Amino acid sequence: MTEDVLCTFCGCLCDDLRVEVADGRVQKVRGACRLGASKIMGHDRIKTPMIREDGVLREATYDQACARAAQILLKAKRPVLYGWASTSCEADRKGILLAEEVGGVMDTTATVCHGPSILGIEEKGLAGATLGQVKNRADLIIFWGCNPAEAHPRHALRYSSNACGRFTPEGRSGRKVMVVDVRETRSAKNADKFLRLIPGTDYEVISAMRMILGGKADVVPETVAGLPKTQLVETVEIMKNARFGVIFFGLGMTHSRGRYKNVDNALSLVAELNAFTKFVVMAMRGHYNVAGIGQVMACASGYPMSVDYSRGAPYFNPGETTICDLLNRKEADAALVIAADPASNFPRSTVEALAEVPVIQIDPFENPTTLLADVVIPSAIAGVEAEGTAYRMDGMCLRLRKLVDSEFPSDEAILQRIIDNVRRLRA
Amino acid sequence: MISGRTLNQGASTEAKMGLAFGEETSTCALSEDDLSVMGLSGGGNVLIASPFGREVLRIRADKGLPSGMVFIPMGPWANSLVGPDTYGCGMPNYKGVEVEVTPTKEPVKNIRELFAALQRI
Amino acid sequence: MIIRGGIVYDPANGIYGEEMDLFIEGGRIAEEAAGPELDASGLLVMPGGVDAHSHIAGTKVNTGRIMRPDDSRMGTEPRNPVCRPCTGYTVPNCYAIGYRYARMGYTTAFEAATPIINARHTHEELEEIPILDKGALTLFGSNWTVLECVRDKDLAKLAAYVAWGLRASRGYGVKIVNPGGGEAWGFGANVKGLYDTVPNFDVIPAEIIESLAKANEMLGLPHSIHLHFNNLGKPGNYTTAIETLDLLKGVQASRMRQVVHIAHMQFSAYGGTGWKDFESKGPAIADYFNRHSHATMDLGMVLFGPATTMTADGPLEYANSRLLHAKWANCDYELEDSSGVVPLVYGRKMPINAIQWAIGLELALMTKDPWKVIMTTDHPNGAPFVNYPEVIALLMSRPKREEEIATVHELVKSRTALPTLEREMDWTDIAVMTRAGPARILGLEDKGHLGKGADGDVAVYNLRPDEIDPSRDHALVKAALAKARYTIKGGTLVARDGEILSAPPGRTYWVDAGVAEADANRLMADLKDKFDRYYSIQISNYMVQDAYISHPNVIRAGLQVREGEDRSSHALAREA
Repeated sequence: MTEDVLCTFCGCLCDDLRVEVADGRVQKVRGACRLGASKIMGHDRIKTPMIREDGVLREATYDQACARAAQILLKAKRPVLYGWASTSCEADRKGILLAEEVGGVMDTTATVCHGPSILGIEEKGLAGATLGQVKNRADLIIFWGCNPAEAHPRHALRYSSNACGRFTPEGRSGRKVMVVDVRETRSAKNADKFLRLIPGTDYEVISAMRMILGGKADVVPETVAGLPKTQLVETVEIMKNARFGVIFFGLGMTHSRGRYKNVDNALSLVAELNAFTKFVVMAMRGHYNVAGIGQVMACASGYPMSVDYSRGAPYFNPGETTICDLLNRKEADAALVIAADPASNFPRSTVEALAEVPVIQIDPFENPTTLLADVVIPSAIAGVEAEGTAYRMDGMCLRLRKLVDSEFPSDEAILQRIIDNVRRLRA
Repeated sequence: MISGRTLNQGASTEAKMGLAFGEETSTCALSEDDLSVMGLSGGGNVLIASPFGREVLRIRADKGLPSGMVFIPMGPWANSLVGPDTYGCGMPNYKGVEVEVTPTKEPVKNIRELFAALQRI
Repeated sequence: MIIRGGIVYDPANGIYGEEMDLFIEGGRIAEEAAGPELDASGLLVMPGGVDAHSHIAGTKVNTGRIMRPDDSRMGTEPRNPVCRPCTGYTVPNCYAIGYRYARMGYTTAFEAATPIINARHTHEELEEIPILDKGALTLFGSNWTVLECVRDKDLAKLAAYVAWGLRASRGYGVKIVNPGGGEAWGFGANVKGLYDTVPNFDVIPAEIIESLAKANEMLGLPHSIHLHFNNLGKPGNYTTAIETLDLLKGVQASRMRQVVHIAHMQFSAYGGTGWKDFESKGPAIADYFNRHSHATMDLGMVLFGPATTMTADGPLEYANSRLLHAKWANCDYELEDSSGVVPLVYGRKMPINAIQWAIGLELALMTKDPWKVIMTTDHPNGAPFVNYPEVIALLMSRPKREEEIATVHELVKSRTALPTLEREMDWTDIAVMTRAGPARILGLEDKGHLGKGADGDVAVYNLRPDEIDPSRDHALVKAALAKARYTIKGGTLVARDGEILSAPPGRTYWVDAGVAEADANRLMADLKDKFDRYYSIQISNYMVQDAYISHPNVIRAGLQVREGEDRSSHALAREA
């Protein structure tokens, strides 16, 4: 039994899994949720590299695939290198180097996930803490626009609602848990209080709360976005009277009308709550290393996502250098997709734009993006077959283990080969 | 229309060409009231149309949904209904999309059929 | 490599402006060498600069980058065959940090504060900084294990924790920031001074500081404790500074060095009772340092223009953000410490800022012995490090100071002693304050000097010390120090006239201290309990792994150093 294995699925980055390895394969995993267990137990893999000829993907060698990938990237004027959230920081760093060398745009899955949160942080900063602080201190937990029961299943037990800590020995019974959402999710069913919002009204509701918090309740109308003022006043009182409150927020805020303005407002609310009591806020990052690619890019370029290297120096302008916009405006003329599936996760017409350009896919698993790809390169699974670094949703940096050997090269190795090919072709 | 994560979608996210992912992400949830109004309390399919696309999905009931809201797990069916506009910030509009939901006898596609139009010739 | 005919300042070895040749062989200063010759005839030559306190790597630095795309847009430099692209001014990207220090003739820089729990992040970033030798100081001032050992008066266990914490974080020394305050901030409170009880832990900051100082000396660590005072940034806080310094008078140093190094003294040299009667207590602080020999300081000089404050003093940053109506990032680390980041701009017409600017200069000019003072700006809290030449020019030139004083808020005249100060530093002073002093204070035996066996880190500047008058020609001084003629790192020419020629990786210094097995076992039992019950990370995943230190330079201490071993490999000359 290998102990303390890191799970490589969601932003919880649980590091207490127990994995049984035998005959060079993962046999059993204990302590993981359904999502993590599914990942570690494995699925059918892409077996060999492939290059599309006459519309059909044909087997190729790694040398051929990496050479072809390099050709595509070099030929393009503004290739976009996208994904990065489900691989290691070591691979991410290679990606940045590659983007620099081919003058491409580095973008991450955050662009369709917590990108707006990053924009909010750029406006207001973020009053945060590590998850252990929540576990040990929080007596009020608010999940706003997120559904951890389905997206971060062990969050409640390990870090939040049900966790016991030094100042929270009673665990769940010593806490108040609130869910704010447009529908009653499974997370809402386990909360003490559920606030239902009309879709697209997060901004107004938060604004009203801030007014009430700031002593201006008399200016707030009797209903805000369908919610009675009394309910908002009561919620603000609960927040003020917490010993340590936390708002965990998710895609309900970032995907809805208002986008980063919703997050900006929530960050402001939490900053203002600190005048009354200790309050922190955290984005529920979806993938196990989306926080990591953000950290690695910020360190290397000054910006956490959507960095355009086509002029030789990093240029960042979300709305312009974000991948959906590049594709929509037909400004990207090639794409390298790694550890992501834009064909499934982008709007349909954006996917159609992606289909019109050469696409290189690096991934262990087949997915709809494979249907569009011109070069497919299967890789080892980080955290199972390759070591590396990942960052948890709260910014904690941990090392992924290698559990088994693999016939597949790591993402890091593949990217290095593409870089080598780029340099060779250039010379 | 609201799209978002579900356990089933997550658990099959590394096997997207398999049955489980296709089934999960081509199933939409509606309130019992809305299903009853459409005569679909016993099950069936709906055609969902937005200004950006239209697809057939099967239905299931969800007591947590208010009337007038359809939930689709994140994935290519939901995204057939999502428009490209990012409003200048890079993020498309995945939640709060205005859609029209009507019962239909048409079948639900599988994932390869859904992408057939996009596949390279 | 041979460096011919430079005017060499090597105060650690008693050399004050002698014309001599330098020889580097195998990356170290030698008595003779073959290889390329660099012509330094008549030019100023010093050891490579050593920055003992700078925020260059880790979570709060990167948070600064992420929340300041506005800053990243300043200082954009495209890639070239040698250099990766650069961005940023107060929060430069990792490549800019290495290149820009090297351009100024600096070859070593230490990250001022890392929590143990996220030291991996710090090292990920340090690894990406080219050229410089580096290290990180590890935070111990609010850790639960520290507070409990202090409460239980268990120095042996405390020393074991310090040793373990340095190994877990691959840290170089003991950093203490607003001791006790980091824990109080966990529930939004702070400690108000040395004798204020830390909530839930029944200890006071005075005990924390004293105990850590003793543990530091029990382990014989190369550096002393490195302390950021309680009450930093508050009017009247100079009393806390002096009280704290007095506390440590009786501690016995285990090496030939200070017992405590004070971080960014300027921010703790304030008089007055509020912002209205805010005034400098620089003279009082300098006087204290003149009358005592157990402490050293780095300036934390403020310069006008943009800055980004970032510190483990979480409550301070919250207060900054409210005062300035600025964006604010905070991160509290479970069981360990806090941190905050707030951007700001220092304005010359802003009375408080003008006084702060003056205080940094007062501290340097009024402390007689330059060996007690390191020139820093607490990058990027006071100013970005690329502005060090401005500080040096100010220290060397009264006319320059007078020119500046004429443009800043007039309260500088009534609330500080700066206008009256006539002292002008010379090249020896500067070489001590930016090279020899920091190396000795940190306990880096092969840095900051040019004796045989020292690391081959040399800076040659395009000015002739025998011909120019730094007082009059301060503009020349500033320009020359901004772009070294040659920067040599480990015997490799890395920069010339502002151009980076080569970017080899540097080494990461960390301290591996041994303790008695019995104490280590007691500690581990306690730690296992903490990891079982409180941490959100498993202990087996907690320690920084070898993979994060690709070029280590490990200094042994504690029980691993043989008793009686002479820790200095050469005599360090000291000017009285």
